[in-house]
Amino acid sequence: MESVDLLYKAIYILVIFGITLLIATYSTYFERKIAAFIQDRVGPNRAGPAGLLQPLADAGKLFFKEDFIPTKANKALFILGPGVAMLVATMSSAVIPFGDMLIIGGREVYLQAIEVNIGVLYIFGVVSLGVYGLMIGGWASNNKYSLLGAIRAASQNISYELAMGLSLIAVLMMTGSLSLREIAEQQAGFNWNIWYQPLGFLIFLVCAFAETNRTPFDLPESEAELIGGYHTEYGSMKLGMYLFAEYINIFVVSAVMSTLYFGAYNFPFMENLRQAISDPVLANNVVTIVGVVAMFIKIFLFIFFFMWVRWTLPRFRYDQLMKLGWNLLIPLSILNILLTAAGILLKDYLF
Amino acid sequence: MDSLFFFLASLTLLCALMVVLSKNPVHSVLFLIITFFTISGHYVLLNAQFLAVVNIIVYAGAIMVLFLFVIMFLNMSKAGDKIKTSTISKFAGAIAGGMMFVVFVAALKDATIAGLNPETYNSQAGMVENLGYVLFTEYLLPFELASILFLVAMVGAVMIGKKEQGESHF
Repeated sequence: MESVDLLYKAIYILVIFGITLLIATYSTYFERKIAAFIQDRVGPNRAGPAGLLQPLADAGKLFFKEDFIPTKANKALFILGPGVAMLVATMSSAVIPFGDMLIIGGREVYLQAIEVNIGVLYIFGVVSLGVYGLMIGGWASNNKYSLLGAIRAASQNISYELAMGLSLIAVLMMTGSLSLREIAEQQAGFNWNIWYQPLGFLIFLVCAFAETNRTPFDLPESEAELIGGYHTEYGSMKLGMYLFAEYINIFVVSAVMSTLYFGAYNFPFMENLRQAISDPVLANNVVTIVGVVAMFIKIFLFIFFFMWVRWTLPRFRYDQLMKLGWNLLIPLSILNILLTAAGILLKDYLF
Repeated sequence: MDSLFFFLASLTLLCALMVVLSKNPVHSVLFLIITFFTISGHYVLLNAQFLAVVNIIVYAGAIMVLFLFVIMFLNMSKAGDKIKTSTISKFAGAIAGGMMFVVFVAALKDATIAGLNPETYNSQAGMVENLGYVLFTEYLLPFELASILFLVAMVGAVMIGKKEQGESHF
């Protein structure tokens, strides 16, 4: 790779990292605003115009609180826990194609940090590591309730990973590729995977809620009826990092869902727009930029959906959660695989 | 590339040693996880990305989580300080390890490193497509046998985990 390409990549990775953090920061604000809207309240409106500076105020408060470590806690792991949670959360956005290709000065720039031919598996691997941050933190606190919270979180994540992986397989069977860029390219225009995989998407969506520990599956935390979960002993910015990692996870999982099922950067009438502009370079760049905007609109709609559900549905009971995961979602996703296989064979046979 | 390999190799050995040497079992498990990551790094260096990621998903993502689970529940960290190894088991360990070392030396002393053959060398051998092709043509029987083994293990796990009659947990 040439040094100019490397420079582009470095800039792109920094931009994606910044956008991830920015979106996660403002998710906290919008979560409170949307909650307020749904419950007919005003929401945060003191810091800055319309309360827009509220996330900064929250961060400032968390930073200036006393950084407390329990005496009997395992110090190194207690500090490592939130760090691992944060690291794993920010890792997975590396393979997501946020846009197609830009042509800058005759040079093709792909709007994706790293293109690997195993992108889907990479995301899956990173998701499966997410549980370590919680487990390390819960155990290192040296508190029964933290440990129980961590165990609760871990068993939930492991249970729903299975159904998630199985629902992914149906998509892979259709696209025949593990590369996220290729999966995105195959959904050009309005030919999105959601039209072929409605059941698979539903399973993936439910699992995404469970993996990010959001209501109705927020049992790891369940602040209303159980003790705070794995971060009972945490305070100050370490608690902030755990909560922040959750919002980053929501962003990443929204991006993954948009890429796998909702056509990534593709939007309807893409080719019409490309043909309407005579200059091919300009046409390509305009289509790409509109595509990036489309991608982010999809992501924001998913993030909104996450918040909407949080303030609409009550929490599952733990045995219901396990039953749903093992007895319903896994058989359904296996059925989805069989249906997809039958569909592919039938398509070959009929056409 | 060479220096990267030596860095990774020394890190792997160091972490593997720490698995054995750390007093706290939870630390051991965490070092074992780092060891799996460094081994995945080796796979990436060999251009076997699929193997690298599957190694992380299966070992670091699933099996080690269950290890950590069990060890955290057992809460051995307090008992761990008091365990004294008897002199006899120390001797036995030293003798067994020494014999293992001798076997290794005997087996490897005549071994030669196969050099790079540019004609048969294929840098894409570790890619997903090639791996899938080889698995479903050349190694189809072992592949299917392994999947049957997994199925048997799964059925066995369900049998063990099944509720007995008249037993109720909820």
